[in-house]
Amino acid sequence: MKEALFLIKKAREIRKSVILSLNAAGSGHLGGSLGLADVFSVLYFHEMKHKPEQPDWLDRERLILSIGHVAPVLYATLAESGYFDKEELLTLRKLGTRLQGHPGRDHGLPGVELSAGSLGQGLGVAVGIALMDQHEKKDKRTFCIMGDGELQEGSVWEAAMSAGHYKLHNIIGIVDRNNVQIDGKTEDVMSLEPLADKWRSFGWHVLECNGNDVEELIQAFAHKSDEKPTLILAHTKMGCGIPEIENDYTWHGKAPNGEEMERFLGMLVKNR
Amino acid sequence: MHNFKLNSLRPGRFGFGEAIRDAARINDKIIGIGVDITKSVSMNLFADEFPDRFFSLGIAEQNAISVATGMALSGYIPVFSTYGVFASMRAADQIRISACYNKAHIIIGGAHAGISVGPDGATHQALEDIAVMRVLPNMTLLSPCDATQAYFATKAAIDQCNGPVYIRFGREPVPDFTSLDQDFKIGKAQILHEGNDIAIIATGHLVWPALEAANILKNEGISARIINLHSIKPIDNQTITKAAIDCGAILTAEEHQINGGMGSAVAEVVVKHYPVPMDFIGMEDSFGESGQAEELMNKYGLNSENIVFKAKELMKRKSK
Ligand SMILES: [Mg+2]
Repeated sequence: MKEALFLIKKAREIRKSVILSLNAAGSGHLGGSLGLADVFSVLYFHEMKHKPEQPDWLDRERLILSIGHVAPVLYATLAESGYFDKEELLTLRKLGTRLQGHPGRDHGLPGVELSAGSLGQGLGVAVGIALMDQHEKKDKRTFCIMGDGELQEGSVWEAAMSAGHYKLHNIIGIVDRNNVQIDGKTEDVMSLEPLADKWRSFGWHVLECNGNDVEELIQAFAHKSDEKPTLILAHTKMGCGIPEIENDYTWHGKAPNGEEMERFLGMLVKNR
Repeated sequence: MHNFKLNSLRPGRFGFGEAIRDAARINDKIIGIGVDITKSVSMNLFADEFPDRFFSLGIAEQNAISVATGMALSGYIPVFSTYGVFASMRAADQIRISACYNKAHIIIGGAHAGISVGPDGATHQALEDIAVMRVLPNMTLLSPCDATQAYFATKAAIDQCNGPVYIRFGREPVPDFTSLDQDFKIGKAQILHEGNDIAIIATGHLVWPALEAANILKNEGISARIINLHSIKPIDNQTITKAAIDCGAILTAEEHQINGGMGSAVAEVVVKHYPVPMDFIGMEDSFGESGQAEELMNKYGLNSENIVFKAKELMKRKSK
């Protein structure tokens, strides 16, 4: 499938930018950013209606990134889409940058829809946007990416309940189900399973797919519900694309040094 | 003597509810959010007239603030109200990050402010909300003194602001005395009574007792300047500094903890621009308790008698 090859290539470019920007920053969250590269590729290069040349286009579909700590993959994707020049990615986390450690709209980076970073708030914001779209009878979707560890925040479930209550079929929640968080495995830190059932019981249509497979992601988006909010449990590998660090949660909040960067970039090319 | 007429006794929340309804009649971007106590915060006036613009979100204040932020990002002006204890603190992190950091123009009605909530006791008496709200960047914090002013403050929050606004108002009927054609300016304090011997800066329910105190003091030959600080953030540096220069002593009075409250905000201004002796009337680092509003106000010294007493004590500390 030609489209799939294009999206895989975009995901590889996104991963490359993530590695370069994190190395330049010297700190940041590599694992989750790499794990989500395929989701971002599919969203920005296939799924979402958006105009990089007109970031405030009123009819755009928005991505609400609830897990602000994976900002590098958002920035890499926005640059890849043409919202701003890729060179700026190297200013990540530096004084005066528009690329804040966690997204901050105040700093003026085009394409950033929400200042976020305190976990558990994004889905509620997405509900607010989706409610107003429903109010205006607008035919557009709002996407919200959450982490699996983030689901331990009670406020996520308040938001889930409200989306179910209002049958917001214009919301697509995506959970980055990589089974890990900072302290270790999610199921050891605070178990989430049976996760799909939890969402279903809150009135959501739940789909599961390999979140590192662009064709499976495309299929999942194609099967959203027209009656209920849709939740995609995207099974990903933290650090996906760099076999050496895949599923290694010690890479949740680390940046690669120069030597690691070279090695990781080499692996990216070899892999695909 | 102050010449304000006590028109009637009305709760501040009525003014808030009427303002939201009236604003919604001319602005279809105003959205109401309910968190189960719609009637007791007077949002029923809006909800009954605009059911298609009213969204019930249940007892979930954190989500309500995030949802409101999403609405604001879509170009709406959502209004959310619940008891001040919950409005300011249950959702404090959502207010900080979702609302303030995103500069979302949302209106937060902090109802049932102060100890005058009465019999419900400490859990429902908002006595820390000024402290919590006034430290947040991008937040505007209003504390109107009566129902009429609550109306104008709410209108101003909608018309004069473009970020989050917290409006604090009470549950109990209190003297409604401010003018129906008042010019409510955010960031501008109101001088309600002229005087040069001492300045008494009050907010919310303590403004009327401060005016009563001015009359009592007048009879004892003391002229007190009474300032209604309805806008705590942004604060009126000019009026406060001038009061310090002209009067040489400032007493503050509020239905809130002294720690971090309106008086602290005034002290920050005074210390920086023109230090003079100050004293503070408010809750002295304690929770409230059950009782009738008036009994509680008297027990905790939130009345005109204590304002008079503290004012005279403070004047002894003035430099000659
Ligand atoms: Mg995780």
